[in-house]
Amino acid sequence: MKPVVPADQAELRSRYPHIFVKPVSARLAVPSMLILALAIFVFGLVDLEFSPVRLAAGLRQLGWITLMMLPPDPGSSLAAYLQALGETLSIALLGTTLAAVTALPVSLLAARNIVPSAIFRFPVRRFFDTIRGVDTLIWALVWINVVGLGPFAGVLAIAVSDFGAFGKLFSEAFEAADRKQVEGVRASGGSALHEIRFGLLPQVLPVIAGQVLYFIESNTRSATIIGIVGAGGIGLQLAEQIRVLEWQKVSFLILMILVAVAAIDWISGKLRFAIIGRRAVA
Amino acid sequence: MASAVSILPNAQLASLNEAYRKAVARKRLRLALGAALFVVLLVVASVGAEVNLRTLFTYFGNFVSYFDRLLKLDDGNRVWTNIPEWFWGFRKWLLMLGETLLISYVGTLLGAVLGFALNFLAAENTSPAPWLRFAVRRLLEFVRTVPGIVFALVFVMAFGLGPMAGVLAIALHSTGALGKLFTEVVENADMKPVEGIRSTGASWLACMRFGVLPQVIAGYASYTLLRFEINVREASVMGFVGAGGIGQELVVAIRKFYYSDVSAILVLIIVAVFLIDISTGWLRARLFGAEGRP
Repeated sequence: MKPVVPADQAELRSRYPHIFVKPVSARLAVPSMLILALAIFVFGLVDLEFSPVRLAAGLRQLGWITLMMLPPDPGSSLAAYLQALGETLSIALLGTTLAAVTALPVSLLAARNIVPSAIFRFPVRRFFDTIRGVDTLIWALVWINVVGLGPFAGVLAIAVSDFGAFGKLFSEAFEAADRKQVEGVRASGGSALHEIRFGLLPQVLPVIAGQVLYFIESNTRSATIIGIVGAGGIGLQLAEQIRVLEWQKVSFLILMILVAVAAIDWISGKLRFAIIGRRAVA
Repeated sequence: MASAVSILPNAQLASLNEAYRKAVARKRLRLALGAALFVVLLVVASVGAEVNLRTLFTYFGNFVSYFDRLLKLDDGNRVWTNIPEWFWGFRKWLLMLGETLLISYVGTLLGAVLGFALNFLAAENTSPAPWLRFAVRRLLEFVRTVPGIVFALVFVMAFGLGPMAGVLAIALHSTGALGKLFTEVVENADMKPVEGIRSTGASWLACMRFGVLPQVIAGYASYTLLRFEINVREASVMGFVGAGGIGQELVVAIRKFYYSDVSAILVLIIVAVFLIDISTGWLRARLFGAEGRP
C-alpha cells in the first residue's frame, strides 16, 4: 500500500472537503442529543420527587422487607395458593386460545395480500392498534364491571387484549407468505376461500402456532398480575398478602410464579420444536 | 419419449402404498391425540377459571351497554356533542399523562444503564468468568420474570406512595428485559476486533469499549426505544397500585363509575401510546435506517 504523503493529503482535502470537514450541525448532533436526554432525565428525577433521603430510607426498608421474606413459607394456605396458581394457568390458556381463534379470521382482513384495498384494511388495523394500546389490566377492570369479580373476567381481559396483538402478528405472517402457492391454487380453478385454505394456511400455520405458544407463556405472566385488580388467579393472593405485610407468604407466592413460568417456558419450548421443527424457531 | 415415471411392479407398489398409508395414519393419529389432549386441557381450564357461558350471555348486554355508558355524559348526551364537558379535566389529566411519560422515560433510562452495565458480564463471548456469568444471568432472569407491577406493589410499601416506586419498578423490570436482549446482541457480535485489541495488550475494559461497543451500540439504542414504548403502557397502569401516573386517575374513575371520565382518560392514553409508537418508530428509522427494527 502506498503511504499517504502530506502533499497528497492536502490535495485530497481540497478535492473532497465534505469528507474531511464535517459540518457543525453533524458534529454537534450526538452530543446535543445526549445532553437533551440527560436534561430530561434530571428534570424527571426532580419532578418525580426523587431525593437521596427518601431513596436511602426506602432501601433500608426494602432490606428489612427482604429479610422478613426469608424463608419463604406458605403458612397454612398452601392448598389455596395451588388452586390460585391453577386458576392463573387456566386463565392464560383459555384467554390465549380464545384470542387466537377469534383473531385468525379477522387478521385476514388486515393482510395486504388478501385485502388489497387500503380503505378496508386501514380501519381493521387501527382497530387492532386501539385494542393493543389499552393495557390488559384496564381491560380486566372493564370486564369486572361486566361479568363481576373473578377469573372469568381475567379470561376475557386476556382474550381481548391479545386479540389486538394476534391480529397484528397474524396479518404480518400472512403478508410474509409466498404468493406462488396461492397462484397455483387459483390456476387450478380454486375459489378465494380455497386459496386461503390450501395456499396460505399451510404456510402460515406453523408460524402462528409458534406465536400462540409464546403468548401462552407470556400470558402466564400477565395472568399472575390481573388478580391485583380482582380478576382472579394468584395475583389476588399476592396483592392481599402484600397489603397485610405477610412477607414470607409473599416470597413463597413469587417463588411459585417463577417456577410456574419456568415450567411453562420449558413445555412450550418443547412443543414449539415438535410443531415447527428446530430450524424454524427463531 | 418414454414415460419419465417408472411404474413399479404391483407387489412392490403394494408394500410402498401400505407404508405410505401407515405413515399418514400415524401422523393423523398423533394430530388427533394432540387435539384431544388440548380440548381436555381447555375443559379443565374452563372449570378452573369458572367460565360460565350463561353469565357471559346474560351479561354480554352489559358489555355493550358499558361502552354505551362510557360514551355518555352525565346529562345523557353523547360525549362528542360537548367536547369541553367530556374533557373537563384536560389540564389535570395531561399533567398526569406527562408524569406517566416521565416515569417510563426515567425508568427506561435507569434500566438501560443497569442492563448495559450487566450485559457484558452475562454474554458468553465477553464474560470474564463462568460463575459471574451464571450469577448475572440468574439475576436478570429473576427481575425479568417477576412482573413490574409486583415490584411496584412491594416498592410502594418500602418507598411510600408516589411515582418513585413506579420508576424503580419499571427500572428493575427493564434491567432484566434489556439485559437479556443486550446480551444476545453482544453474543452476535464479531469477536475479531476484540482479538485485535487484546493482541495489543489492552485490558478487558478497553476490549469492550473499542472492540464490542461500536458494533452493538445501534442495537442497544433500538431495543431501548422499543422498551420505552412498552414501558409507557406499563406506566399507565402503575397508578393502580399507587405508584403514580395517570393510572391513579383512571382507577378512581372506574371504581366510582364516572363513565365519561373513564372514556376521556382512555382516549388520552391511547392517543399518547400512538404518538409514542409513531415517534419512536420515526426516530428508529432516522437513526438506524429501515432495517433498524429488531
